[in-house]
Amino acid sequence: MSGDEAMVHTDVHVVRRRARRVGARAAVHAVLIGYSLLAVGPALLVVANSFKERQAIFDSPFSLPTPSTWDTSGYETVFDEASFPTYFRNSLMVTLLSVLGVIVVSAMAAHALSEFDFRGRGLLRIYLLAGIMVPIRLATVGLVELFGSLEMINTLWALILVYIAMGIPLGIFILSQFFAQVPTELKQAARVDGAGEWRVFAVTLPLVRPGLGAVAVFTMLPVFNDLWFPLVLAPGESTRTMTLGAQQFLGQFETNWNAMLAALSLAIVPVLVLYVLFSRQFLRGLTEGAIK
Amino acid sequence: MQTRKLMAGVLVAGLLAAACGSGDEDAGGGGGGDGDAVTLVVESWRADDKAVWEDTIIPAFEESHEGIELEFQPTAPTEYNAALENRLDGGEAGDIIACRPFDISLELFEAGHLEAVDDLEGMDAFDDVARSGWVTDDGATTYCVPMASVIHGFYYNKDVFDELGLEPPTTTEDLHTVLDAIAADGAATPIAQGTVDQWDIAEVDYTGIGPNYWKGEEGRQALIDGSAQFTDPEYVAPFEELATWGQYMPDGYEALSYDDAKVLFTNGDGAIFPGGSWEITGFERDAGFELGVFAPPLPTDGDPCYISDHVDIGMGMNADTEHADEARTFLEWVASEEFAQLYSNELPGFFSLREGAVEVDNALADDFVSWRDDCESTIRLPAQKLNRGDPAMWDELYAVSSEVVNGTLTPADAAQRLQEGLDSWYTPSE
Amino acid sequence: MSDPSVRLAPAFAASSPRRRRLRSPGARALLFCAPALVIYSTFMVWPLLQSLRFALLDDAGDWVGLDNFDKLFGDPLWSERFWRALRQNMQFFLFHCLVQNPVGLTLAALLTVQRLRGANVYRTLIFVPTTLSVVIVGFAWRLILSPLWGIVHTPLLGRTSTALPTLSLISVWQWIGIPMIFFYATLISIPKELIDASRVDGASAWRTFWRVSFPLVLPMFGVITIVTYIANMNAFDLVFTVQGVQAGPAYSTDLLGTLFYRSAYGSVQGGGDRAMGATVASATFAVILVGLLLFFLVWRRRVRTYQL
Repeated sequence: MSGDEAMVHTDVHVVRRRARRVGARAAVHAVLIGYSLLAVGPALLVVANSFKERQAIFDSPFSLPTPSTWDTSGYETVFDEASFPTYFRNSLMVTLLSVLGVIVVSAMAAHALSEFDFRGRGLLRIYLLAGIMVPIRLATVGLVELFGSLEMINTLWALILVYIAMGIPLGIFILSQFFAQVPTELKQAARVDGAGEWRVFAVTLPLVRPGLGAVAVFTMLPVFNDLWFPLVLAPGESTRTMTLGAQQFLGQFETNWNAMLAALSLAIVPVLVLYVLFSRQFLRGLTEGAIK
Repeated sequence: MQTRKLMAGVLVAGLLAAACGSGDEDAGGGGGGDGDAVTLVVESWRADDKAVWEDTIIPAFEESHEGIELEFQPTAPTEYNAALENRLDGGEAGDIIACRPFDISLELFEAGHLEAVDDLEGMDAFDDVARSGWVTDDGATTYCVPMASVIHGFYYNKDVFDELGLEPPTTTEDLHTVLDAIAADGAATPIAQGTVDQWDIAEVDYTGIGPNYWKGEEGRQALIDGSAQFTDPEYVAPFEELATWGQYMPDGYEALSYDDAKVLFTNGDGAIFPGGSWEITGFERDAGFELGVFAPPLPTDGDPCYISDHVDIGMGMNADTEHADEARTFLEWVASEEFAQLYSNELPGFFSLREGAVEVDNALADDFVSWRDDCESTIRLPAQKLNRGDPAMWDELYAVSSEVVNGTLTPADAAQRLQEGLDSWYTPSE
Repeated sequence: MSDPSVRLAPAFAASSPRRRRLRSPGARALLFCAPALVIYSTFMVWPLLQSLRFALLDDAGDWVGLDNFDKLFGDPLWSERFWRALRQNMQFFLFHCLVQNPVGLTLAALLTVQRLRGANVYRTLIFVPTTLSVVIVGFAWRLILSPLWGIVHTPLLGRTSTALPTLSLISVWQWIGIPMIFFYATLISIPKELIDASRVDGASAWRTFWRVSFPLVLPMFGVITIVTYIANMNAFDLVFTVQGVQAGPAYSTDLLGTLFYRSAYGSVQGGGDRAMGATVASATFAVILVGLLLFFLVWRRRVRTYQL
């Protein structure tokens, strides 16, 4: 690495390489921008058209609303006719309580499964994890009978319990890997200090937070967007969720596209907000070894 | 840090709001508000009628029946049967059940989910035809109060017809002349329809134009008693007519739904919409042009005419209801003249099945109902008895009629498939 | 090579350290597992068994043994329905594998390009479809693909030859976020030293990807394939929302999920049979199990060197 000649040579190389790298970067951005557009396009289409007057929706469905085509009558219809605030509240309550329930219950079980050595641990794990591959929809008839006999049809609790049950297998699967990674010394130290098992659990919980984030997102998305169980277990006006409300709305205003688009747009927002809020924990949860 | 705080805040606020909110709900639902009023929940697939029920029908009922409140709880039509069945099995369905005609409700009755309604006051105003959709095979027990029938026909855009100097067709030949003229002009699609939903092709098209070929009830009964087969010319001919319709439908009609077609038509881009009286309210609201209707065209001029005048909706009571007396009171009101008057006028196109004329103040509805004077009424071909086995004739008819329009199945093969399917399980009894 | 694979290895591998034997760990474990066990058993396992029990009864509730299965596989009508749905479901799954793995991996690889600006934004945007409800997805794509108002005038959803591929692509579009994020998570957890070492040796980014990153991502294909398989065998909502319960045209988009629905609850005009619904459900369950077993036999042997 000495001599001017060599220096010049490297310079040319570096310049060329840099040029190539700039080109490559531009290409990477182009591809990612292109795919991002494809990803958000359909949702944007729904939102954009919800602010357009009816005729403009069909004349040029792919253009943005302009002052001359601006029309919010769809939203007015939605807020006049449908109990959207109620639906929204129901969805929020069901989603948040289900997520909370799955997290608490699976964290406890995952802690036990990775912490205690006891006979039947393997079997218990298999039993709890088997549910990952079973579609709970197959259990509909049994669920309806069960909740019927408990007189819990048309309550939000019916939904919440089903969703917690549905989320437990995956929750335990993800979290037990996190719990196993918690340094033993830490738990031992707590125990030596005379802490009870609850205390040990409480000490380890913050360490598995990324795992909790991942579980939250994986539980939240299917719960918020579920159409089936709200339809079967809680179709009543006062317990209707947002997704079901939007679906019913489609039936009610088959040809009132303004109202339909407004209802759909409103259904996009909450879960998107929740996702963005949780997404960092979610990603950390995935990158820190949960899914391998 | 910021995000985390925000997140926690949102979580807590959400939970609080949800918790408080649900508290209110419980108080309201528990019947605390209005003394000891009983609330009857009405199950229905007519989500479209929600506003009419809430604004007109329910207030009218509650005004004259103190102590009973109604809640109209519709489920989208495609999910109604499954959702209702699940809720009935789980013992948690509404008190009042909107009844689909024929076997769907018959099954519910046989499973003990619906009560007999013969002894209700006002039931004597419904004759056998009116009851036919909700009566046991032996004719002894009626389990739903008949509410309304719907009549099939063709809507047309009067502006398009006037511009081209066309008259509504009365024969199949006329129809083709009209369709060709509209196609040649090119401004509007001759037939606003698509085949992706399938049900409209089977229910509206095939069983709409078909009765003129198979002579209404005569042909329908002949299939049931086994004296005729789907492969007979009178059942194949409507398929042959349908096979020519694809070319008059919009480009890509194979992927257009019934709702797409409605938008196309009400936007003024389609000339003719094969439909039925149930669309009157929606079309009058959405269409920016003058609407007309014509009856299914005749194969030959001067033939007697037949129309599909299908018993479509009834009301029954959930056998498990905790408010049987109130439910009966409500059903008696549904059987009354007051209800017939109210319902027919609020939802023109749903024609009351009660004996004695009901005044309907709607020109299109009048047109539809006027066909009853000249033509014989019948119901949709496979609705009764033929849909009970496997393969069910409705399912088969959905599939084959849309395939005939799409051009992927010949009329003869379609008829063949129907008959083979029927033969595999059905033995004519009478 | 062994070093990174240990780091990537599952936490299970960091096997049981010595624990002080406290009094009856079993009892304590039970206490901690109790809420999960109770909820899971009551609201998932029990109703599931209850539902599957119907496969052994007739519609009236009388015991018929395996008659219903006999009907499903013996009756020409039912066996045609079942095998058609299974075949189409497999095609649906194959489409997912063929499209989502390369596309998901490409996106993930691009997102992990070093010091890429806006990577977080891209990642969030690409994940958006996964957060949408199927009601919105169905509606938006029907509008986009509408021959009347959309961008293509061929009735993609209306022809037997194109309907299933189109639906599969819509489904891939919706769920691509999951494989993408799984690949992404694996890629960014590859130790930087490994990559740098390869680059210092003079390998291009392209070569480095194939020689260093790709082998480490390979096990992820297995996980994703399994997750996709289970999800696809349960697919229902999209077909139901876009094509309706008849899964048209001419049943060309019928999957096991829609067949289950029609068997149990009937189609628009009724005719459901709970026993046959439960039978189809049990058969679906068996298909999933067999698939999983096959997968573990083949896949685990293949890639034994990389721990799943």
